[in-house]
Amino acid sequence: MFLQQLINGVALGSTYALIALGYTMVYGIIALINFAHGEIFMAGAFVGLLLAGVFKLNLFLAMAGAMVFSMALGVGVEFIAYRPLRNSSRLSALISAIGVSLFLSTLAMLLFGANARGFPANAFPSRQIQILGAEVSTLQLLIIATSACLMLALELIVKRTRTGKAMRAASEDYTAAALMGINVNFIVSFTFALGSALAAAGGVLVGVLFNSVSFNMGLNAGIKAFAAAVLGGIGSIPGAVLGGLLLGITEVTGVALGYSSWRDAIAFVILVLVLLVRPSGLLGQKMQKKV
Amino acid sequence: MLIDPYIQQILVTIGIGIILAQGLNIITGLTGQLSLGHAAFMSIGAFSGALLTIKAGLPFPLVVLAGGMTAAVAAVLVGWPILRLTGDYLAICTLGFAEIVKVVFLNLDITNRAFGLTVPPPATSVPLPLTVLASALLVSLASQSIRCSRFGRALMAIRDDEIAAAAAGIDVARHKVRAFGVSAFMAGVGGCLYAHVLGYINPSDFGFLKSVDMLAMVVLGGLGSVPGAVLGAAFLGAAPELLRFMASYRMLVYGAMLVALMVFRPDGLLGGINLWDFALRRLGRTSQRTRGEN
Repeated sequence: MFLQQLINGVALGSTYALIALGYTMVYGIIALINFAHGEIFMAGAFVGLLLAGVFKLNLFLAMAGAMVFSMALGVGVEFIAYRPLRNSSRLSALISAIGVSLFLSTLAMLLFGANARGFPANAFPSRQIQILGAEVSTLQLLIIATSACLMLALELIVKRTRTGKAMRAASEDYTAAALMGINVNFIVSFTFALGSALAAAGGVLVGVLFNSVSFNMGLNAGIKAFAAAVLGGIGSIPGAVLGGLLLGITEVTGVALGYSSWRDAIAFVILVLVLLVRPSGLLGQKMQKKV
Repeated sequence: MLIDPYIQQILVTIGIGIILAQGLNIITGLTGQLSLGHAAFMSIGAFSGALLTIKAGLPFPLVVLAGGMTAAVAAVLVGWPILRLTGDYLAICTLGFAEIVKVVFLNLDITNRAFGLTVPPPATSVPLPLTVLASALLVSLASQSIRCSRFGRALMAIRDDEIAAAAAGIDVARHKVRAFGVSAFMAGVGGCLYAHVLGYINPSDFGFLKSVDMLAMVVLGGLGSVPGAVLGAAFLGAAPELLRFMASYRMLVYGAMLVALMVFRPDGLLGGINLWDFALRRLGRTSQRTRGEN
């Protein structure tokens, strides 16, 4: 029973973590809460659905296609809506992000209709298997494994490549990084591309898990993932993963204990409580006050 | 009233928008503390007001004041612990609070769970649209006088530099909580009026998007500017109606418009413009006031 809930929680939590990574990376570099990130996730889910449903592609190919599409979308959104606002107040950029979010979700509603759509049944034929007495679907295992691989790839990109090093430098000190000859505009675009690709993968996985893709799925998932990013300490990559998993597990446990109508509040109660004890999240760095 | 009912309805929407925007402007515009959960205070005001009308049948002005007070008390209680967070941590905490309030109201019997409450027309002889517009005017005047008071200057000092403000002898924590309370009071009044104008409220109406609406009004008009909040509310209240001929493309254009406005006027429509100075200069007199007060 416990193991069962744990696996359910980890599967849900790893999708939150995939989305939260995008929030946290963008925040780490340009201190912007990218409210359109949830819509990028939704766009990824729709493209995945199109590729798997209409073009009959294999789920992994569909996911790869969705990731490429969302990368382009994320970079485009940054270029049009955030880059001109780089030097103005952060709230202006936030409103711009909200505008993008409204635009994209309405666009999706116009293109795909207001009703939720499901993945074709043969997109991923899921079976139930027994692991140590717990009923686990192969779909859940697929979600956990895919998320783990993507996170590992991200870790390698950020820690082992030259571009990753530049990303870390830019998030440490944006101006100093620019002075050292790092092309910060490219780094910001690259960060949006990475984050958006992860969100798209999350979108396809969530779409298959709940067998539902709708134009407004980005809002709720976005808020939850943002909460996960803050819970772990915004700007911290391991923090986003930890926060996502923690939220997923507590939510699933709460529902299993019979509080399903309180489901959406559970995540936020945990978040508020953690922030009261650790004001900069679980793994966040304490900000120093400068005079 | 002599005005066309359709125009009247838009005016009422704008009036409520002005009250909400002035409220949020005090905590986010003047004090610089981003709140993404102001819909919660609107919700608390709406439900407490509606329940007072339904269960107790109090006179309408009392109901509105009580709605505002309940929201203010809630804000002070929540404000003490959470206002010590800064920046985005505060923002997400207020967002979380709003989600929690929504779910609690969805699960309480007294708020009729997910069915929502039907609010009877208030017991008053003054027409409701008139009350709303008068309240909007009052709240705007109150907002302007707060901005020009010692309290308002203290809030702006906190916004500009918290450490310097504390060094100048301002009790930062106390001022933030007070500003939060005043701000929530206005949101509560707005919520209460909203409930009685609409005649039906549901906890789900006061979700994240409602908070975002309010924030958009304040930022669009120009953070910290009282006439800006009026302009922002009027603009965003009227825009969906003016765009109605576009039918389902309406929200698409609205979203694109928000982006374009921010890109071309990042400080909001009236940001950085002091209307008083502007008027004086037009009259050909040099301003006696210091520039850059906005």
